[in-house]
Amino acid sequence: MNKIANRAVMCEVLKEAAGRDRDVVVLCSDSRGSGSMTSFAETFPAQFVEVGIAEQDLVGIAAGLASCGKRAFAVSPASFLSTRSYEQCKVDCAYSGTNVKLVGISGGVSYGALGMTHHSAQDIAAMSAIPGMRVYLPSDRHQTRKLFEALAQDGQTAYIRLGRNPVEDVYEEGNIPFEMDRATVLREGTDVLLVACGEMVKPAKDAAERLGQEGISAGVLDMYCVKPLDARGLLEAAKGKRLVVAVEEHAPFGGLGSRVAQVIAANDPMRVVNLSLPDAPVVTGTSEEVFRYYGLDAEGIAKTVKQTLRG
Amino acid sequence: MNALAVKAYSLRQDVLDIIMAGGGGHIGGDMSSMEIMLTLYSRMNVSPERLRDPDRDRFVLSKGHCVETLYAVLADKGFLSLDEVKAQFSKFGSEYIGHPHNTIPGIEMNSGSLGHGLSVGVGMALAARMDGRAYRTYVLMGDGELAEGSVWEGAMAAGHYSLDNLCAVVDRNHLQISGTTEQVMTPGDLHARFAAFGWHVIDVSDGNDVDQLKAAFDGAEETRGKPTVVIANTVKGKGSPLMENKASWHHHLPTAEEYEQIRRDFLERKEALSHE
Repeated sequence: MNKIANRAVMCEVLKEAAGRDRDVVVLCSDSRGSGSMTSFAETFPAQFVEVGIAEQDLVGIAAGLASCGKRAFAVSPASFLSTRSYEQCKVDCAYSGTNVKLVGISGGVSYGALGMTHHSAQDIAAMSAIPGMRVYLPSDRHQTRKLFEALAQDGQTAYIRLGRNPVEDVYEEGNIPFEMDRATVLREGTDVLLVACGEMVKPAKDAAERLGQEGISAGVLDMYCVKPLDARGLLEAAKGKRLVVAVEEHAPFGGLGSRVAQVIAANDPMRVVNLSLPDAPVVTGTSEEVFRYYGLDAEGIAKTVKQTLRG
Repeated sequence: MNALAVKAYSLRQDVLDIIMAGGGGHIGGDMSSMEIMLTLYSRMNVSPERLRDPDRDRFVLSKGHCVETLYAVLADKGFLSLDEVKAQFSKFGSEYIGHPHNTIPGIEMNSGSLGHGLSVGVGMALAARMDGRAYRTYVLMGDGELAEGSVWEGAMAAGHYSLDNLCAVVDRNHLQISGTTEQVMTPGDLHARFAAFGWHVIDVSDGNDVDQLKAAFDGAEETRGKPTVVIANTVKGKGSPLMENKASWHHHLPTAEEYEQIRRDFLERKEALSHE
């Protein structure tokens, strides 16, 4: 089992970028520990800004820095960043066209036992609805590295959700296909297409293997780029399938499933099932327990596919 | 004669014409903040020839609804064509909307929703410090706007980082859309409030007096180790008794008769100032 969290990889990539480019700056809202940014702050104190527990200020200051040429990475828990400072994300980042990367850490149900205040099950919907805002949920540490290397170079705002705990690898060292804003085909299949993002990619991949053992051929698409969604890649992968299943660590509205259903319905109508968190406060537990409870683990995903195909 | 004081009345007429042409605008705050913006732009290191100059001073109109005055001042400084603003303000598909937009030359940040500008200004001032640049950052807020909690997050950070290259201005006209600031939400002792957040506070008794404002901005520039806030006590609707100190003129569109009266009042004050 991999022990390196995606957030730790982000810190490594940003330290490399900050060493090359003094315009790379990181801002935290008393969140340097939970964002794995302590070593960044220690290594590059002149490129680190602490704003205290003030998320609106975090994003506004980041936008001001970015308007003066900085590549600002505002790192704060996804639950607060995506709701408390939502208007700053809309106005000061997207609308004003500033190069602020909004990194929502401890995303989804990472803070399992801490309750709805700390869960971010609406961030994809909220951020996707802002014109000019891109939304990325990398699936493992390898893809996180590729994504942040790209984001440290580009000039537009984006929201990136990362989970708190290390997740099992989806990709292998030396074989990490990554193209910006293009979904990655993880597995070809003929019966079903599983589309997932973030921490749901690994269980989707595992579910496809289980299904294969039972004679159901399932393809898997890693849609880390929820916005702009890779519609062409989705339609290519969905072509000829009997069923498309979207899997996400998000409320059932306005997330990956909604976008997938929209694209499929408009272009190549077929049955789409959305596996998500409920439209309710999420049950208390570790991520693993929560995912199992809502059928978002490999077993649950495989079970839903089989039941749906049986009709 | 103080040329800047006289010019304020020429630009008031421009603002009035922009509002009439567009069929709406925030005339009360436009008039109270005229001398503030005019005085700032008379001293800021900005020019239409150097729009992207990294050393330019920065101005953020946090009370974005007073954009008509900003348009008039930017046109006066050669950033914009006044005729173009009048022809396009609030028209279908126009860039000249009712709040600042940074696709327009000379405008740094989009605003309109209150309580955003101070944090943005903190970021700009921090960037200057990181890069060793001498530019100054100015943020203009309304007094009603100070009810937004985010203002005080920005104030806290500016004090924490001792941003002496940052100057906030409060257009203290004592009125907001529903009535006086005291009726709507008491701002209390603003001087003490900002001082408590680590700011150097300069009170300007007449915030429509360009000499008093100039002295205040000089004082801000000389201040070391603290951000400065200039609390400019202004008159909402300044320039015509018809609208002065009247909350109902927050965004009232003058009738034809009112327009004529206001135009005459502006001319009269301009004449008087020309002979001082």
